[in-house]
Amino acid sequence: MKVALSILVVVPCFNEEEAITGVVSELNVVRDQHKLNLDVLAVNDCSTDGTLAVIRTLDCLYLDLPVNLGIGGAMQAGYRYAFRHGYAIAIQVDGDGQHPANELLKLIQPVLEDRADVVIGSRFLERVGFQSSVTRRLGIRYFRWLNQLLIRKTIHDSTSGFRAFNRRTIELVNRYYPDEYPEPEAIVQFGLNKLRIAEVPVVMRERQGGKSSITFIRSLYYMFKVTMGTLFVYIRLRKQ
Amino acid sequence: MESLPITIQVLSLLGAISFMVFIARLIVKGKLREEYSFIWIACTIVLIIFSVWRTGLTQISLLLGVYYPPSLIFLLGLFAVIGFLVHLSVVISKLQQSIKDLTHEVAFLKKEMAEKKRHDGLVLSEDTEQTPAH
Repeated sequence: MKVALSILVVVPCFNEEEAITGVVSELNVVRDQHKLNLDVLAVNDCSTDGTLAVIRTLDCLYLDLPVNLGIGGAMQAGYRYAFRHGYAIAIQVDGDGQHPANELLKLIQPVLEDRADVVIGSRFLERVGFQSSVTRRLGIRYFRWLNQLLIRKTIHDSTSGFRAFNRRTIELVNRYYPDEYPEPEAIVQFGLNKLRIAEVPVVMRERQGGKSSITFIRSLYYMFKVTMGTLFVYIRLRKQ
Repeated sequence: MESLPITIQVLSLLGAISFMVFIARLIVKGKLREEYSFIWIACTIVLIIFSVWRTGLTQISLLLGVYYPPSLIFLLGLFAVIGFLVHLSVVISKLQQSIKDLTHEVAFLKKEMAEKKRHDGLVLSEDTEQTPAH
């Protein structure tokens, strides 16, 4: 497959020195294999370990945020970069190695065919690969219900950070993107902006290193914050 | 109801004035922005008014039908504090947004600088006008 459109893969990294090398080199292998016009942009969100030093040695572009912004702020930095440099497609791939690079083509296919503005890689459509813990899945089911309620769409894996955006979506997130735990909230944002959201089945792995930002104690806060954020985004955008 | 005892009156007047001086000094030293000082100056003026006007609190309470005048102080004081706290939250949220935008800009500039440096280095070492491939 030959893809002429320029693609930017944004990899947010916060203390991912163990996994980031694998993630970037895997992406580069896929780029060379399929002759993609693809750049990898690692966004170092003020890591306290050696992540920045590792990124510098890799074959990729990188941004070094001078202030820790959290995953949402780091991703928005990447999307703003994609917007300014005229990339046609932006893809989010987590820095912990959960998202296999060879699933990338599946993710951009609906965007290339102009069937979708946002494509979400979902681990629950075919239920293969790493399926996350029971409690985490319960939470995801709750977000599915919330999404159905607010935007009348069923998103099976609303917390998945494996996503592809087309130019229209990049323009939107250039202006606004949620700061904290952005994934479920952004879906409501996209739905209310009448973007076409598609889900494709992907196989995910367990994280290859580092630690999840969501600990057991924080999960309650996560549920609360995301619910509030989602509801407020809904109220704000519904009136447009 | 009887008015406030004179000692309390003097004490509160002294307190209000020294608070005013404290605020003024903060502004002079540049540690407090003028726009936030308005609210504190307004507070001290209210304090001074009530220190001088001995029967003021009682009279206003009677007017509003409040039986116990000090409870009026607590009510208004709490309202003022809550209002100001909300205002501060709004200010902080705005600051956070600006910090995010600035952080993005700084990151972009850092990247541009690094690229320019590397680019210059390559041009110097190769001693050619051709720009190296991206």
